[in-house]
Amino acid sequence: MIAHSPHAHARTSVGQVMATVMLALTPATLFGFWLYGWPAINLWVVSLTVAALAEAATLRLMGRPVGGALMDGSGLLTAWLLAVSLPPWAPWWLAAAGSVFAVVAAKQVFGGLGQNLFNPAMAARVMLLISFPLEMTRWIAPLPLTAAAAPGFLDGLAITFLGVVPADGVTSATLLGHVKTDLDRGFGLEQVLAGFYQPAAMAWGQRPGSLGETSFLLLLAGGAALIWRRIITWHIPLAMLAGAALPALLAHQLSPGQYPGATYHLLSGGLILGAFFIATDPVSSPNSAGGQLLFGFACGLLTWLIRTWGGYPEGVAFAVMLMNAATPVIDRYFRPRIYGRDRKGAPLAPEGRP
Amino acid sequence: MNTAGSNWFTRLTATLGMNSHLHTFPGGVHPEGRKDLSAEPPIRLLPLPERLFVPLQQHIGAPAKHLVQVGEAVKKGQLLAGSQGAISAPVHAPTSGRVIAIGDFPAPHPSGLPVAAVTIEADGADAWLDVDPPSDPFSLSPEEIAARVGAAGIVGLGGAAFPAAVKLNLSRKSEISTLIMNGGECEPYLTCDDRLMRERAREIVEGIRLIALATGARTLLVGIEDNKPEAIAAMSAAAQGGPVQVTPVPALYPMGSEKQMIQVLTGQEVPAGGRAADIGVLVHNVGTAYAVQQALCHGRPLVSRIVTVSGGAVIAPGNLEVPVGALAADLIRACGGLREDPARLVLGGPMMGMQMSGLEIPIVKGSSGVLALTAREVESTRPGPCIRCSTCVRACPMGLLPLEMAARIRAGDPAGAVDWGLKDCIACGSCSYVCPSHIPLVHWFNHAKGDLAARERQKLRNEATKRLAEERSARMERIAREREEAARQRAAKKAAAEAAKKAAAEAASSQQEVTA
Repeated sequence: MIAHSPHAHARTSVGQVMATVMLALTPATLFGFWLYGWPAINLWVVSLTVAALAEAATLRLMGRPVGGALMDGSGLLTAWLLAVSLPPWAPWWLAAAGSVFAVVAAKQVFGGLGQNLFNPAMAARVMLLISFPLEMTRWIAPLPLTAAAAPGFLDGLAITFLGVVPADGVTSATLLGHVKTDLDRGFGLEQVLAGFYQPAAMAWGQRPGSLGETSFLLLLAGGAALIWRRIITWHIPLAMLAGAALPALLAHQLSPGQYPGATYHLLSGGLILGAFFIATDPVSSPNSAGGQLLFGFACGLLTWLIRTWGGYPEGVAFAVMLMNAATPVIDRYFRPRIYGRDRKGAPLAPEGRP
Repeated sequence: MNTAGSNWFTRLTATLGMNSHLHTFPGGVHPEGRKDLSAEPPIRLLPLPERLFVPLQQHIGAPAKHLVQVGEAVKKGQLLAGSQGAISAPVHAPTSGRVIAIGDFPAPHPSGLPVAAVTIEADGADAWLDVDPPSDPFSLSPEEIAARVGAAGIVGLGGAAFPAAVKLNLSRKSEISTLIMNGGECEPYLTCDDRLMRERAREIVEGIRLIALATGARTLLVGIEDNKPEAIAAMSAAAQGGPVQVTPVPALYPMGSEKQMIQVLTGQEVPAGGRAADIGVLVHNVGTAYAVQQALCHGRPLVSRIVTVSGGAVIAPGNLEVPVGALAADLIRACGGLREDPARLVLGGPMMGMQMSGLEIPIVKGSSGVLALTAREVESTRPGPCIRCSTCVRACPMGLLPLEMAARIRAGDPAGAVDWGLKDCIACGSCSYVCPSHIPLVHWFNHAKGDLAARERQKLRNEATKRLAEERSARMERIAREREEAARQRAAKKAAAEAAKKAAAEAASSQQEVTA
């Protein structure tokens, strides 16, 4: 067997890439565990376990080797991203159904890793949101693990697996949900936000929401680590944040009483998770820098549009899926310029020569 | 994932005016250098092997035609085989001795297929042929310099082994303004150019000036990667006060590729499908300049070169001055032998070199390194699925989308890959190097290029066959037509003759009647 050059390799692997992303997600996830207690931990465990089992079963049914595809960690990462986008006290079957859908319908059916058109975690989240709107919007006020009123381990099991929500658990709307409802009811923005919106507390994570949207700062740190480790580039995250922030800024300037500003949009919902961890999914995003900028900006813009005028309070998942569908077209038109050729692909004319 | 890591650094220093004359190329990778293994010991002379196996094709182009007979005694530097054809190079005896065989020997190529080689049994004297070098090579005409470079069998020593004289003549015709000497040596492990520049800088600078004379180039640049400070210092000292400018460039693979070196030093790009000469640039390797100096100043043809012997499995890595035709095994032996069974033997560098099936393979003019790599160093893993992470896109120095080309090739559509730039690929291997799924991208690209070339040849053959067939049927038709025509003419003639005869007979009979 004659090996082909190069005879050296950067010693990276897909498993390593996935593990780095999971590591970057860990601080925000641990913070979420502390904030929402045992039910959140249970939900996370259910998501990951079911995803692994579903992937193994599918691979076996398709007659493909189970070991390699499971070991690359992509299924676990998908389940992790799904788990942190669910209401923390959601019932176990919601996470299980989402995981199965993500891994089987959104990934393996398309041909496995690298072949899926849509981000599996977001496809699953959208499916759940449409199918189980009630369970998907039942948010809980933070109740830290260390608080006296926090559910113990057994209470946690009862919440996740039996749906027994104790009286202490205060259901609450997310900021986005609250604003949408009250604005629709005709209240002015200032009135709606009063007492509900404290940017500093929100940045740290003291607010109702999913694990993956609460701690803006820890998610930002994770995202920065991914850029530093060169797992992702800055193009998609920055373009996506700009895509949401710029129109928000503009609209707020034009009509401050009607449209919340840029900070509000950046801090709320899944925008930061989406920008750094979801939209950057390599499989379903464009592969050139220019394409990534367009893709990211459009994701942010669509998110803002859906939040502002759409039927749902949050739009990250829809925005990302819409842009996933546009990725093949973007890739067709955005290509890097080839050395010795102009943008259209014609050979360069020799410089300074007749 | 260490891609394009120094681009920001280069841009930063460029902004600060620290290297304002430098440009950058996109992409590139930082493979582990491992140059420390062999960079420090001075160049040693390889102990003369008993036998040398000199292949007749050591260059791009037509193989040389042997001019010696078995049993003939030869001197070092004596012509063994003459160049034939426009693109070819002669081959000289690397030592004195006797020709004991002319025949097939395993080629320095992964196939190990036999090639024609002259086997010389060394007499140990290593005696040069009497030569008569010009008293002042700098007074020679450009044509004369090129002719002598050609006669000395000099080829590009950077690896491509393109006959140097052909390049010189072409450059003169296309009015070269800039001569770039490539001291990039971006391949990991290799330090032969580094050592040569450290130890023989004066000779290299003389060679550069001779090449400049032969081409008329006015700007003379030497690009050296900044991971070779000693070489930069030695070359700068040798070039002091002269026209040659030594320019440190960032260490970033594939800096030593001709196109990238031109881009970094001049900011210009070679037009797709064109040559460096099209933009007034000629690129030669520093080793080639040394060979030119040896040929012009000492009348010595190219019969030896510096070869890096390295790799984790070699006991005492270093650089050797090796006569052409020595076996890789001789080199390894001279470097203390192997400490363990190597996982892979490589001729050249690890990024673009080729695997050797064994060590019984002769060193040729283009061989820059002999590497014996351990399993830890090669780390081959089975390829996984493409996750479209675009790491290859960020690594490609040519601005290609390796993942898209690979997708087309995987789908059995190499022509589709051409639309995505397959023909612009320089096969540097940066994409394969960084791929986290270990997909052998550059292997697929080379294979697809070969496949396309074969298809094009087949197409030409088919067209030629078709033309022959058409010509044949046209010829057959013409012959048939001519035959018919001839037959008709014959019949007409016959009919005319008969008619005349009949008329004559009738006339005769009527006359008879009259006379009667």
